[in-house]
Amino acid sequence: MAKDFRIMAGKRGQIMGVANDRSIAWGIAKAVAEQGAELAFTYMGDALEKRVRLLADQVGSTLVEACDINDDASIDRVFGRIEEIWGNLDFLVHAIAYSDKDELKGKYLDTTRDNFRRTMDISCYSFTSVAKRAAALMKDGGSLLTLTYYGAERVVPHYNVMGVAKAALEASIRYLAVDMGDQGVRVNGLSAGPIKTLAASGIGNFRYILKWNQYNSPLRRNVTLADVGGAGVYLLSDLSTGVTGEVHHVDCGYNIVGMKAIDSPDIAVI
Amino acid sequence: MIDVSQRVKRIVVEHLGVDEAKVTEDASFIDDLGADSLDTVELVMAFEEEFSCEIPDDAAEKILNVKDAIDFIKSQGG
Repeated sequence: MAKDFRIMAGKRGQIMGVANDRSIAWGIAKAVAEQGAELAFTYMGDALEKRVRLLADQVGSTLVEACDINDDASIDRVFGRIEEIWGNLDFLVHAIAYSDKDELKGKYLDTTRDNFRRTMDISCYSFTSVAKRAAALMKDGGSLLTLTYYGAERVVPHYNVMGVAKAALEASIRYLAVDMGDQGVRVNGLSAGPIKTLAASGIGNFRYILKWNQYNSPLRRNVTLADVGGAGVYLLSDLSTGVTGEVHHVDCGYNIVGMKAIDSPDIAVI
Repeated sequence: MIDVSQRVKRIVVEHLGVDEAKVTEDASFIDDLGADSLDTVELVMAFEEEFSCEIPDDAAEKILNVKDAIDFIKSQGG
């Protein structure tokens, strides 16, 4: 058989957090699969199982496991399965976050202790928790990637406690990068511009955020799943072997802008 | 051009993978067409995309069958 020269040929990775075909994690999964990667998927909850299995099937993956990110035993079980079946792991994509949608509108000031804890636990600690287990399987080094958003760096209306959790997630990327650097495991974040996903449907007035980015980003458009997928291939492959602890913006340049574009219409009412 | 009703029904058929004959105006997404709670969110997103409109949460919660969807979209000038 001819040698497979695709960028991800021979690499095995675990994708956590696909919900449906609009998911950012799916955009990345599809792109790395097209480059030859072999994939495992995890899902949380029965409603997502059939969706994830259908998509996994599209990229030839049969390794689909339930993973309750709140439960250490469940996480252990999933990595146990990966070890048993593959023996090692080359990369992992973490696209998991949660907050009570009633607190993703209005003021951050009104965040409750209970939702603050849960949001931090699921959206930030879960990455640290899977990073530790994944790194143990990355015997030849590897690449971990999590998803973040500009609301971690600057205030975005309605993003509220999720912005605080993403800021903590971005800080944990840097600490994990140091902790695992000596074993050749790289840890990076991909800060994607707004994309209309199932998770985004919980964020107040999301359509406005999309319009704003479309009018004011340097490229004058919103990002696509293919944009994110391409950057995912770079960060998960050997193209980025010198990159770790980084938050890479895939947002059509929006993060460099300081003010509304001159040609951007007034969209106070849309 | 096909009307709102036909476009709504086409989306429901495609998304839920159900027989077109079952997608009557009073067919409930969950009770009659086998949708789960995520399907209902995904359907609303698909309607928003098809008709370039925004369906706020409180309106979305009231869209339980095909007719509800058609009525809401028509009320937005769809």
